[in-house]
Amino acid sequence: MTTVTNKNNKRLEVLKTYKIYIDGQFVRTESGRYYIATNSKKENLANVCLGSRKDFRDAVVAARNAFGSWSTRAAFNRAQILYRIAEMLEGRKAQFIDELIKQDSTKTQAEKEVNLCIDRLIYYSGWCDKFQQLFSSVNPVASPHFNFSVPEPMGVIAAIAPQNNSLLGLVSVIAPIIAGGNSCIVLASATMPLCAVTFAEVLNSSDLPGGVVNILTGKVAELVSYFSDHMDVNATVYCEADFATQKMIKEKSALNIKRVLLYNKIKWTDASGQSPYFIMDLQEIKTTWHPIENIGGAKAGY
Amino acid sequence: MAKLVKNNTIKLKFDSVKNFAPAPESKKAAKIDPQYDLFINGKFERPMSKKYFSTINPATEEKLSMIAEANTADVNKAVKAARTAYDKTWKKMPTAERAKYIYRIARMIQERAREFAIIETLDGGKPIRESRDFDVPTAANHFFYYAGWADKLEYAFPNRKTTPLGVAGQIIPWNFPLLMAAWKIAPALACGNTVVLKPAENTSLTALKLAEIIQEADVPPGVVNIITGAGVTGAAIVNHADINKIAFTGSTDVGKIIQRAIAGTNKKATLELGGKAANIIFEDAPLDQAVEGVINGIFFNQGHVCCAGSRLYVQESVFNEVVRKLKDRLETLIVGDPMDKNTDIGAINSKAQLDIINKYIKIGQQEGAEMYQSSCAMPKKGFYCRPTLFTNVAQSNRIAQEEIFGPVLAIQSFRTDDEVIEKANNTAYGLSAGVWSDKGSKIFNLTSKLRAGVIWANTFNKFDPTSPFGGYKESGYGREGGLHGLSAYINLV
Repeated sequence: MTTVTNKNNKRLEVLKTYKIYIDGQFVRTESGRYYIATNSKKENLANVCLGSRKDFRDAVVAARNAFGSWSTRAAFNRAQILYRIAEMLEGRKAQFIDELIKQDSTKTQAEKEVNLCIDRLIYYSGWCDKFQQLFSSVNPVASPHFNFSVPEPMGVIAAIAPQNNSLLGLVSVIAPIIAGGNSCIVLASATMPLCAVTFAEVLNSSDLPGGVVNILTGKVAELVSYFSDHMDVNATVYCEADFATQKMIKEKSALNIKRVLLYNKIKWTDASGQSPYFIMDLQEIKTTWHPIENIGGAKAGY
Repeated sequence: MAKLVKNNTIKLKFDSVKNFAPAPESKKAAKIDPQYDLFINGKFERPMSKKYFSTINPATEEKLSMIAEANTADVNKAVKAARTAYDKTWKKMPTAERAKYIYRIARMIQERAREFAIIETLDGGKPIRESRDFDVPTAANHFFYYAGWADKLEYAFPNRKTTPLGVAGQIIPWNFPLLMAAWKIAPALACGNTVVLKPAENTSLTALKLAEIIQEADVPPGVVNIITGAGVTGAAIVNHADINKIAFTGSTDVGKIIQRAIAGTNKKATLELGGKAANIIFEDAPLDQAVEGVINGIFFNQGHVCCAGSRLYVQESVFNEVVRKLKDRLETLIVGDPMDKNTDIGAINSKAQLDIINKYIKIGQQEGAEMYQSSCAMPKKGFYCRPTLFTNVAQSNRIAQEEIFGPVLAIQSFRTDDEVIEKANNTAYGLSAGVWSDKGSKIFNLTSKLRAGVIWANTFNKFDPTSPFGGYKESGYGREGGLHGLSAYINLV
């Protein structure tokens, strides 16, 4: 058996196929379309899936199926899995730095970005079993009832990740979504899609159940309306300042009273780019009433 | 082992209730003016539209008063007053002083509770017992609760400071007119906002009475503006450029229109919309209590309740027994003069709503469901509807899917816990749900899996100012009541 070599007798590099991530599987877009990701030097970096409406719909089905078991997992278990994601990212740091450099970051910037992402995942891992205590209440109602309010995950979230970076925005959006027990479909940065696909590989090796996070690549302008008008999506997250798109998302979201979160003013590189309030943005508050029985009218005395 | 014999299957005797002597509340204890103007900037002003519309008593179809119709110019004036009051007075006021004004409002509602109850019943058709014992006291309590938050907001949101939003435009429905006004105004004021509130056109009177109290309480002019009118007036509020926040309670259809209308603005919104609550009875439930809960769940306020338990799921083994008990209980409900203290079910709020309910009753029959109506005596005049049950209902039937907003209950059966969770959640709505069982672990399983904002276990239709209320999914977003209700009226900084 002979080893395949190139002209210079060096080993030929194996190029990666950048696929989208749906239901825990790396698949090609059903549309068969692709686009070429380039950097500022006009170098071709990869052929990237040009995701379609059908891909999005498949991803919603996967996310909805995954929601039930993810949302009912112990918060502690979700914390462990987010921590595991951070561990996996740490282990593959070099690969992300390499991809970020290819996509026009300096080495220093790239290292900083990956480190911040890892730390942010650890940060949200910690919140998994704490935000509920902070934002719950036992309500002192005036009738003989035990009444309490707790946050519950909203459901399936469709998010368009920040478009001006490759990894940080994506991680900053995904982490609070899943820390809170939601499942999601996230559209990667169209111009810098490499890290998103590689991050899917990190998720895939992190005990995160398939379908909880689905990552698509493609064009925002083409897909954003589907992210807004799908009837089985509970909320849409959009991080750009484009006013016309914001308006369109809000209008289309009215179809099933989707919650719309606009994060265009968030500086993801700052400390303000992380907080339990991002988790709470995608929670519902459930209030439960239980009667307090006064058996036989007996009065307890001490 | 012998099968456990239930000892609660004896038919209860309700015969005596049919012989209650009338016990009417007096109309004279409340004063209704022949005409009401708009409450803008602390004064009652004639509408620039120069138009008035009549408001009637749905129990008698008699005219009660004439109500001003606010046009766009009136809305502009009210918003301007609210903006000025916000900038010059309210947001600068020491928070403890703000609190004291709201406390004052609460106290004055308590003082004039009887008058409010009478007017609420005359204008809206709800039984005086409900307006007296529920609507009015709960409204006063709501002001009392939120008053205390005004100077404590820094404790409500960990690691954050709060700022008010500005001017809130608030649009409320006709089912709990005064209470909804309280739910809207109290937290908005406590958080430092000023408001322009529009009551529903059928039920403006108690909101205008509240305006009188706000005037008497010396609340700075413009902090609360109450303007009356129908959908066009509401649209003018929603579309006003100088409003920062829209708070709406009403139908899901209108909620969607509002979300679209404000899409191109920075207005924040909270929406409390429709519901189609599942009320679930397990075989181990205390059945007589459950039946009472179901009756209260669907017939409270003639079923004009967004969180009404309008879908009943009964476990198969007790299905026949529960239905029989429900029918027996239905027969005892007194439908009649809302002013009579014995009345259980008052008048349907309007002719238009009665038509909608009757349309659904017809649809239910056409879809093949079996109808049972109480044989009770019905008043000759006014808008009334017999309490109605449907059995043999399919999950896909419109009476099981769409909000009827009337005294109509759709009953289905189920076998397993998972099945009923699936059925209960199979709706676009998610406002409330009820579970009846004696088994604690089962209750918690259900209450955690039902996708709705308010879950009642072994009780139904309970409300409290400290208890957040609001929906999942197409039942809207945002919460009213409790600590969580503050979020609707603040920015976090």
